Amino acid sequence: MLSADISTVLPELILAVSAMGLLMFGVYTSKDKAAPLILWATAGLMAVLGLWIAVAGDGAQTAFNGAFVDDAFSRFAKVVILFSAALILIMSQDYLAKQNLLRFEYPILVALAVVGMMMMVSAGDLLALYVGLELQSLSLYVVASMNRTSVKSTEAGLKYFVLGALSSGMLLYGASFVYGYTGTTLFSDIVASVEGEHLPIGMLIGLVFIMTGLAFKVSAVPFHMWTPDVYEGAPTPITAFFATAPKVAAMALFARVVFDAFGATVGDWSQIVALISVLSMFLGSIAAIGQKNIKRLMAYSSIAHMGFALMGLAAGTETGVQAMLIYMAIYVTMNLGTFAFILSLEKDGKPVTDIASLNQYSTREPLRALALLVLMFSLSGVPPMLGFFGKFWVLNAAVQGGLVWLAVAGVIASVIGAFYYLRIVYYMYFGEETDPLDRPTSPVLWGVLMVSAAVMVLGIVNMFGVEAMAKAAAVALVN
Amino acid sequence: MGIADFAFYVFAITVVTAGLFVVVSRNPVHSVLWLILAFISSAGLFVLLGAEFVAMLLVIVYVGAVAVLFLFVVMMLDVDFAELRGEMATFVPFAILIGVVLLMEIGLAITVWQFADTAQSSLMSAAPAADDVQNTAALGQIIYDDYIYLFQGAGLILLVAMIGAILLTMTHRKDVKRQDVLAQMHRDPAKAMEVIDVKPGQGLS
Amino acid sequence: MEKIILFAPLVGALIAGFGWRYIGEKGAQYVTTGLLFLAAFLSWIVFLGFDGETRYIHILTWIQSGALDTSWSIRLDRLTAIMLIVVTTVSSLVHLYSFGYMDHDPQWKKGESYKPRFFAYLSFFTFTMLMLVTADNLVQMFFGWEGVGVASYLLIGFYYRKPSANAAAMKAFIVNRVGDFGFVLGIVGLFMLTGSINFDDVFAAAPTLAETELHFLWTDWNAANLLAFLLFIGAMGKSAQLFLHTWLPDAMEGPTPVSALIHAATMVTAGVFLVCRMSPLMEFAPTATSIIVVIGATTAFFAATVGLVQNDIKRVIAYSTCSQLGYMFVAAGVGVYSAAMFHLFTHAFFKAMLFLGAGSVIHAMHHEQDMRHYGGLRKKIPMTYYAMLIGTLAITGVGVPLTTIGFAGFLSKDAIIESAWGAHTGVGLYAFWMLVIAAFMTSFYSWRLMFMTFFGEARGDKHTHDHAHESPMVMLIPLGVLALGAVLSGMIWFGSFFGSHDDVNKFYGVPSHHEVAEADGHGDDHADDHAVATNDDHSDEHATDGPGEETAHAAGWTKGQGAVYTHPDNHVMDEAHHAPKWVKVSPFVAMLLGLGLAYLFYIKDTSLPKRLAKSQHRMYQFLLNKWYFDEVYDVIFVKGALRLGKFLWKKVDGLVIDGFINGVAMGIIPFFTQRAGRAQSGYLFHYALAMVVGLVVLITWMTISGGAE
Repeated sequence: MLSADISTVLPELILAVSAMGLLMFGVYTSKDKAAPLILWATAGLMAVLGLWIAVAGDGAQTAFNGAFVDDAFSRFAKVVILFSAALILIMSQDYLAKQNLLRFEYPILVALAVVGMMMMVSAGDLLALYVGLELQSLSLYVVASMNRTSVKSTEAGLKYFVLGALSSGMLLYGASFVYGYTGTTLFSDIVASVEGEHLPIGMLIGLVFIMTGLAFKVSAVPFHMWTPDVYEGAPTPITAFFATAPKVAAMALFARVVFDAFGATVGDWSQIVALISVLSMFLGSIAAIGQKNIKRLMAYSSIAHMGFALMGLAAGTETGVQAMLIYMAIYVTMNLGTFAFILSLEKDGKPVTDIASLNQYSTREPLRALALLVLMFSLSGVPPMLGFFGKFWVLNAAVQGGLVWLAVAGVIASVIGAFYYLRIVYYMYFGEETDPLDRPTSPVLWGVLMVSAAVMVLGIVNMFGVEAMAKAAAVALVN
Repeated sequence: MGIADFAFYVFAITVVTAGLFVVVSRNPVHSVLWLILAFISSAGLFVLLGAEFVAMLLVIVYVGAVAVLFLFVVMMLDVDFAELRGEMATFVPFAILIGVVLLMEIGLAITVWQFADTAQSSLMSAAPAADDVQNTAALGQIIYDDYIYLFQGAGLILLVAMIGAILLTMTHRKDVKRQDVLAQMHRDPAKAMEVIDVKPGQGLS
Repeated sequence: MEKIILFAPLVGALIAGFGWRYIGEKGAQYVTTGLLFLAAFLSWIVFLGFDGETRYIHILTWIQSGALDTSWSIRLDRLTAIMLIVVTTVSSLVHLYSFGYMDHDPQWKKGESYKPRFFAYLSFFTFTMLMLVTADNLVQMFFGWEGVGVASYLLIGFYYRKPSANAAAMKAFIVNRVGDFGFVLGIVGLFMLTGSINFDDVFAAAPTLAETELHFLWTDWNAANLLAFLLFIGAMGKSAQLFLHTWLPDAMEGPTPVSALIHAATMVTAGVFLVCRMSPLMEFAPTATSIIVVIGATTAFFAATVGLVQNDIKRVIAYSTCSQLGYMFVAAGVGVYSAAMFHLFTHAFFKAMLFLGAGSVIHAMHHEQDMRHYGGLRKKIPMTYYAMLIGTLAITGVGVPLTTIGFAGFLSKDAIIESAWGAHTGVGLYAFWMLVIAAFMTSFYSWRLMFMTFFGEARGDKHTHDHAHESPMVMLIPLGVLALGAVLSGMIWFGSFFGSHDDVNKFYGVPSHHEVAEADGHGDDHADDHAVATNDDHSDEHATDGPGEETAHAAGWTKGQGAVYTHPDNHVMDEAHHAPKWVKVSPFVAMLLGLGLAYLFYIKDTSLPKRLAKSQHRMYQFLLNKWYFDEVYDVIFVKGALRLGKFLWKKVDGLVIDGFINGVAMGIIPFFTQRAGRAQSGYLFHYALAMVVGLVVLITWMTISGGAE
């Protein structure tokens, strides 16, 4: 029994144990001097695990009396999480080393956060959900304030922590409602205990509380307030991390809860998701316009993108989940590239995040500027970039799910949102001449940027088969 | 109303009242003291439920360790809570309104509360019957067997908390002399001291 | 092999466009040209070894979404094979030619590198053109269609320092958008009605479409006619047919090799190709094809008249192109698609050669393009002269009447004129006369060009004439190769394109009429067997189509029927073969008359043209100004648009739009942006409060709406 359980959670177990081992290694050897080694080891391990899960995973099995679910859906999310986290780790090495922030705890905390995320996407039980969520969140709180000497960084960590605690409280309170009604925390039992089309009011309140907690994690409006401050305050590689893997995990968890635990009453949660989706899309698009800091801008951008992903979820169908997963995979790829670009922005050896500093960037770095142009077009959803197809998928899912108004709102929001992405392009190509930035040197960042941009262009052919995987994942979740 | 019911209401009312005063008292030390009262009362509630082990844990860990730690922190950090509250004061009427609305809605939900048909059976299956197993043993069985996954997960959370605390607070200041126990123990008196014959008028070169 | 043909130009374009810094300018030129020659070589292998049976070469699975299920594959049939050789051959020769022509371009300062960019664009264009002709479905074709538009835009505006080039590029782009609008509507319409964009499915549905009525713009339309017409509008834009032709002469602002490649041999023929490709649909759209014939014939006539008086050497050839495209549309319109393709094929050779020859002249004359400043160049640039002479003989249609011996243009043009007569319809007769007159004028302006350029006395800047020099070998070799094509291509492939019925059918892989009739005669079950036998992989889908499928078998297109479809009642080609002798001789006579007149005007008595222009001043101005099309468009569309714009600006904009834009862009959005910014105060308790408020609002909403039920 236990051995079967352990073999099911083996990837998580390996990652957690390795993280602890590496922690020991770091503490008892050269501490921060070993950081690059630990970082690469962690990243490599995550990549290998991602590959393993992608290749070897098959079928659906549960472990620990249903608390842990290993199916195509969780595997899809895990692969995206593991790869993006590994890439972020590699991308962050140079930057952190230059800022004197490369602590050996950093990769370990990221690894533990990833363990948390993997637990989240595999959660089959309210308690497992909570434990995974807290493990992930706590690690993120710490890395957000890792730059202790910066007021902004510590403030970011503190804000994130306090608000995160509040949201966790809400989630737990909601979970207690659900437990109070059904007498169980297992998703499968919860969904079985609900009869009829609609939830009783106590369950409904519990559902709203739980969704509030989850909406906080995906930074959906109106639970998004922490996002811009934390994105701006945290060191840039950590911002990049926040924008990618945890978003996938939270989104996947969201889908997991609403479908596995409340799948019988789609109508009840679908309207809530639709509402926060439309709010996120519009707030993200509108508020980003005035931003001058590119990290803050990316924060609003990610809020808007989460709105779009939630649109797929709001459809409440298998196509919707598939669309959401495709959207998230594309979103992560785009963000990796964009943050690789942001990480390479330096002036006199100091990182720059001011959008105006991009003026005339194209004349000095035509290839990079072109890559960013592709990414910006893709982020704003201009065809024929991959970003467009992501949007197309979710809009299509929304229409099929009968949410035409939501799709129309999404189109309007994306038009508004295109403005600020194109503004960056405008600065790069037509801006006024200013002091040039330093020439970027890191080959890793260059590679990630170029590959990501290339994917945006080449991916339109068949999306590298992501469609089929997302389809399998969606089938596993919805049925 | 039996004695058990009476005890329940006493403890319950105490918990709620103490919780309220934690929030509203002006002096942070008083807040912590109210918090301790709330902990103790909830320990009482656990005893009434027959979970005496959890009750003891609550008293030992929360009252004995956590709350006392809070007390120290509050007393050592001179935080002017009144000033912090000053800004919040403008929102208080609105916050109260929100609170009342929420309370009413939850009240509504509880008045029409119903359990799922399966709820009773689910509840029964979760824990072993209290008669044949001791409280501590039952807990152990649940924590280390049924919920080993969650228990280990919680362990990881604590590990992260520990790493985080160390990462965020520990500094190696170069300008401060630190105690090196091993070096002290291995000191050789012969090498530790050197007698120098200083010639008058020359000083140490 | 087909994949290599398709992707070699793309690879070349990418290498030259992005990698030239590493391989150098010369390297980029060699790579693109080499790859193009490889593609051309393979194309000839494909063409010569092709047995006429349609093949499908799968490349990738394209985006799948709902009913829109498309894969990217090459459709290889006779039409594609013809276009493949035309495109790759001309393109590779143009690449080679550009080595010389673009060598020292006065448009660029010393040290500026423009050549890799030019070659990359050329190769990119070639790739998109190949995309277009190898398309297996309408969307793929549309991608190629737009791709050539973009490439053409880049190439016309290649001299971006010249304002006129930029304007011409914009004009080409905009006019083509008008055509594309029709094309897109056509595609959407076909998709809506047939549920598919694959050619095979669309073709199979053509007979049903012919019986479908469509309610659109307040009236009922026959679906097949309407869709065929919409597609033709797209073709009109690309192929510069009347009303949408104005961009083509202006496009001559681009470098001459570009004109030869895009505006003579390949892109402009895309419209003709489209009509031929859609032949199964066209055959069921009699009204639309009548319109095609009329437009084509009128264009042929109109462009020829304008060509009579132009003085810019490239513009003469441009109008000539326009006119020849009209010929092709007439052939396609009357239902002799094979004659249209024949002319397309031969025209590609001699017109590309004329352009390249003109380029050689221009090159020799230091980028002077006005023929009035030429004269007597025969001695200076003999090789170019001979090449141009062959081209002129080909385009004017010199040959031995009533035989199949003659230059390429003689055979293909006569085939079209006979087909127009053979249609035995009113529009056919109209087209016949128009084309004969156009043939006369073609001969006149072509010889006029020759005489003005190569004969007589040197006019214009003496210095330029003294320094006129023959072009380098890299420019002459393509001329020679194309000359070979201009002489021989007609005679060699006459039988295949326009010979006896069986020959042509064999060439296109079409089962002949009596076979089809036989299949029909044996009743439905036999027809079904036939379908299974020929349809193999698609038989399931077809079998479920039900009644529509049966009609398709009875009178329509079936899969594997070859590249072009002719309705069983379509006997135009046979009629053309049996045309009276005077019909067959008439274009030749017209040609002789044109030659004689040109000789009289420009060799015998060079003052005649001037006197004629003076005495017929109005007529001359009318032609010189291209029938005032540009002016009329200027008044109607440009000025009209400006006036409308002014009106909108003054009235609507001032009050409504301004208010709206100011309101939204200047007011509401910044207002919200500010709001959002202000809410983002940085205070923790604000954030927490926002969360709690959000939560309570959600709960209240749910309890009121959800819980009440």
